[in-house]
Amino acid sequence: MGMSKLDTTQEQQRYATLLYWGSRSGLAISTAAFLAYAFGLLPAYIPLDQLPHLWQMPSHEYLAATNTPTGWHWMSMLQQGDFASLFGIAWLSSCSLLCLMAVIPIYSARRDWIYAGICISEIGILVLAASGILTAGH
Amino acid sequence: MKRTLLWLLPVALLFFALPSEAAETAADTTAWWVWPVALFFTCFLMGIVAVPSGVGGGVLFVPIVGGFFPFHLDFVRGAGLLVALASALSAGPLLLRGGLANLRLALPLALLASASSIAGAMMGLAIPANVVQIALGLTILGIVVLMATAKKSEFPDVQKPDSLSTALAMSGLYYDAASSRDIHWQVHRTLTGLILFIGIGFLAGMFGMGAGWANVPVLNLLMGAPIKVSAGTSSFILTLVDSSAAWVYLNKGAVLAMIAVPSVIGMMLGAMIGARLLHVLKASAVRRLVIALLLFAGLRALLKGLGIWV
Repeated sequence: MGMSKLDTTQEQQRYATLLYWGSRSGLAISTAAFLAYAFGLLPAYIPLDQLPHLWQMPSHEYLAATNTPTGWHWMSMLQQGDFASLFGIAWLSSCSLLCLMAVIPIYSARRDWIYAGICISEIGILVLAASGILTAGH
Repeated sequence: MKRTLLWLLPVALLFFALPSEAAETAADTTAWWVWPVALFFTCFLMGIVAVPSGVGGGVLFVPIVGGFFPFHLDFVRGAGLLVALASALSAGPLLLRGGLANLRLALPLALLASASSIAGAMMGLAIPANVVQIALGLTILGIVVLMATAKKSEFPDVQKPDSLSTALAMSGLYYDAASSRDIHWQVHRTLTGLILFIGIGFLAGMFGMGAGWANVPVLNLLMGAPIKVSAGTSSFILTLVDSSAAWVYLNKGAVLAMIAVPSVIGMMLGAMIGARLLHVLKASAVRRLVIALLLFAGLRALLKGLGIWV
């Protein structure tokens, strides 16, 4: 006997498929960019031999010492290995967005407005977190 | 063979981790690549023990790497979140397809937990590192107590779902291969569960640890979901909770690729080996080993935060 139909609903299948491709591609991008960075195929914004001095600092001191851009500004520096590797990480952190967007039409067609609303709210939270608007802290 | 493996793991973990204690004062004498390589192997070993012991890699990562590597806790927590996120993302599709992660159960809980994880991440990056170390040490010691004492219920008996879980249709059916039967499940105490997930999300964001250690008891023991559905749904919830917290760390510059990527790759490769060793290693022995490691790492974090063992 296989899995019950009840728990392999259309939205769950669609979510799973998109999550599979999103996470695998994110891991592949992270790994490839990191290897290019670590082995010198991509230039490093911060010289690698400086890292042991810098990674002991709190993040705000590290940013000040290296003049590293915060928020989304690093996206303009993807030709450098440090930031190319971050792109893969950002991809991994974003891949749930597409999954959530993809199941909203299914919930809406079923007039399941509560779950459609939950998905929209979750997308709002992820976008808010990714936006860089929330800058409290150091 | 089993006994040798069990002894080998903690010895190897300490082998890679302890020399780093001297690193904070001798960073300039050590080649930069030593630490990412040591981190990779440490995470590989943590990945091996994480699977049979039933804990998430993130729970081991933050106290052990935070306690014994020269990296600042900000970067350790950023990497810890990504370790937990990558593990959850890898398992998510299979769990969803198999019905062991349930969207209807997960989404409302994840919504509250991911909102509070942002607050936790912001708080964690705003308060002094030693305060976070002390709180982390106390939390890890609490997890040790939870792991050592908490029971689990394979198929909790939920006589009647509450009105909230009924309104949200939080119920399901999955095929349990171990007992060769379909298991119908429903949940209760939904409001209490939702409130607890706000706190769990906050802790996950603050310490960068993932939160399977708290998710599973709440889903299983409080809300009454079967243990397999609880574990699968907990892992899926982490894909959303850790994503939102990870963005805060990314935007605040608290993610260093040189720390995060070797950790993620090492942990995932280790987890693959761990899954294969499930049949070789005795799960209860590995679990005791992990409890001992967490106890040591929790004490280390607490004493480091208090300035007693810096």
